[in-house]
Amino acid sequence: MDLFEYQARDLFAKHGVPVLAGEVIDTPEAAREVAERLGGRAVVKAQVKVGGRGKAGGVKLASDPADAVAKAGAILGMDIKGHTVHKVMLAETADIAEEYYVSFLLDRTNRTFLAMASVEGGVEIEVVAEENPDALAKIPVDAIEGVTEAKAREIVEAAKFAPELHDQIVDVLKTLWKVFIEEDALLVEVNPLVKTGDGKVIALDGKVSLDENAEFRQPEHEALVDHAAANPLEAAAKAKNLNYVKLDGEVGIIGNGAGLVMSTLDVVAYAGEEHGGVKPANFLDIGGGASAQVMANGLEIILGDPDVKSVFVNVFGGITACDEVANGIVQALQLLEDKGEAVTKPLVVRLDGNNAELGRKILSDANHPLVQRVDTMDGAADKAAELAAAK
Amino acid sequence: MAIFLTKDSKVIVQGMTGSTGMKHTKLMLADGTNIVGGVNPRKAGTSVDFDGTDVPVFGTVAEAIEKTGANVSVLFVPPAFAKAAVIEAIDAEIPLAVVITEGIAVHDSAAFWAYAKSKGNKTRIIGPNCPGLITPGQSNAGIIPGDITKPGRIGLVSKSGTLTYQMMYELRDIGFSSAVGIGGDPVIGTTHIDALAAFEADPDTDLIVMIGEIGGDAEERAADFIAKNVTKPVVGYVAGFTAPEGKTMGHAGAIVSGSSGTAQAKKEALEAAGVKVGKTPSETARLARAILEG
Repeated sequence: MDLFEYQARDLFAKHGVPVLAGEVIDTPEAAREVAERLGGRAVVKAQVKVGGRGKAGGVKLASDPADAVAKAGAILGMDIKGHTVHKVMLAETADIAEEYYVSFLLDRTNRTFLAMASVEGGVEIEVVAEENPDALAKIPVDAIEGVTEAKAREIVEAAKFAPELHDQIVDVLKTLWKVFIEEDALLVEVNPLVKTGDGKVIALDGKVSLDENAEFRQPEHEALVDHAAANPLEAAAKAKNLNYVKLDGEVGIIGNGAGLVMSTLDVVAYAGEEHGGVKPANFLDIGGGASAQVMANGLEIILGDPDVKSVFVNVFGGITACDEVANGIVQALQLLEDKGEAVTKPLVVRLDGNNAELGRKILSDANHPLVQRVDTMDGAADKAAELAAAK
Repeated sequence: MAIFLTKDSKVIVQGMTGSTGMKHTKLMLADGTNIVGGVNPRKAGTSVDFDGTDVPVFGTVAEAIEKTGANVSVLFVPPAFAKAAVIEAIDAEIPLAVVITEGIAVHDSAAFWAYAKSKGNKTRIIGPNCPGLITPGQSNAGIIPGDITKPGRIGLVSKSGTLTYQMMYELRDIGFSSAVGIGGDPVIGTTHIDALAAFEADPDTDLIVMIGEIGGDAEERAADFIAKNVTKPVVGYVAGFTAPEGKTMGHAGAIVSGSSGTAQAKKEALEAAGVKVGKTPSETARLARAILEG
């Protein structure tokens, strides 16, 4: 889960990373009081989870509280690369002398953590890595040892920070590492880390991404979820514990197992090329068990998507045999009808694997007018795409 | 021969007495796996009856190894306790730990991987978030259905469980030496490369099928390894061409970040290494069949 800048700033402050005072607001009027608290002048920053907001006009300096209201009014509601600005952060102004970069992240390739640091901050770090790789220090951090004083000094020296800043940046790194570990983060990034005119080092902007698998020991992270931005179908699916991602096509997809469902999306997209360019409408993995209730929950979400014109149910029977899955589908359709949510879109079902013949027979015997059986994955994808295109 | 797991493997189950552990221990036994014990400190000294097979429960992995000579542990321990359980297995120096558990925090996986490394990698870790591995006709360590296919000469390594099953099913008449599900998390123990190296060295494997998916660069590195080290034919499949950037697709590790981790880049890297890459699972199976049947 990626956080907003103000949420990252709050986590930095919580763990002792030096930050400027700042508050988040969602109406222009609220800017006046906050700007007064901040001493009159303030930086007004759009809160969007996308880079390049400065260039897009999402960061403005307000000279006094009245100006803060005007600037907040101009930024709230702006569209920045497809993200609507619903909140702005007002922050203290800083006298910036220099801009640096520091981060900790998961290094998947080497299966460890990585520290990155550069004296060339304030620009996209990918650009520095590309154009001037020597200016970006990359130091592996052992997942057990973590960032000790010695490790922090190693990073600071590798990045060639000016000697008079070493102690301050070592402290920033140690506290930032606390954010990384104690919040179960996948990324903590400060860009820019600035030196002010009077020589203080402060985290001016930050990015944090948290590990959703750690929710069981991070109960406070629930409050950081941006419910307003979630697609309503994704939110409804999440409430039912379903692994669902909304996409922009017309063929609803249900399958068991993440890999098989990803593969199903691809196969449907290929088939769609022959049928007017229809595409998958979603990712939905109902997991290995595929019980009637879970199948019903999944179907309910997908049939509730107005973009969906046909549905492809793609199940490989493993531990859960296909006859159980077929019964699950039949019962799911009944459950929906009993709830008054009659199925009105065509379903193409492909069952393969354990007890496939039995499962197929159950579907054939049920003889539901909207359910078609196709026994290969490629063939079923083609049929589902054809039905979506015909609608 | 097979890789990592044979009929001589002596398997213990950490988390055997939980509901998932019970269900799958029973299935593994039915597939002929030599399960010599379970581990649960609170139930040490008891035993569990699985349709007439009495499986003793030990207090620790070390005790289980001492009493039974176990050399494989399969873990069905819930995410919150998985790190401690894997570290216990590493401390006991069990040669193979198969971590089935889904949903382990990545800081925990990174920690137990670092720990295994610091102990000289005496324990091979497979997973987490994987279906385990099977050597058909010999042993099954995990949750792969045992009756899909028979012993044969194809080696399979895959990030995805159901795609593993699908591929085993499509090629069931030819059969498999071993099939290894390495898992879909960002940090995993055994990689595509480890399995490719083992299949290359295995005299009972004639062809390798490799299944990848979006996220990370494991497939690209595997392609590089294949180009340099693998003489046996390799057929590949990559899932996730239509996955949007920045969205996690079911597996915690299945995410395209910016321009990295795309299916297209993985496919191109594999093809450049001489791997035939199928467009769909069925086409991939046909490519493998065509090579084996000449």
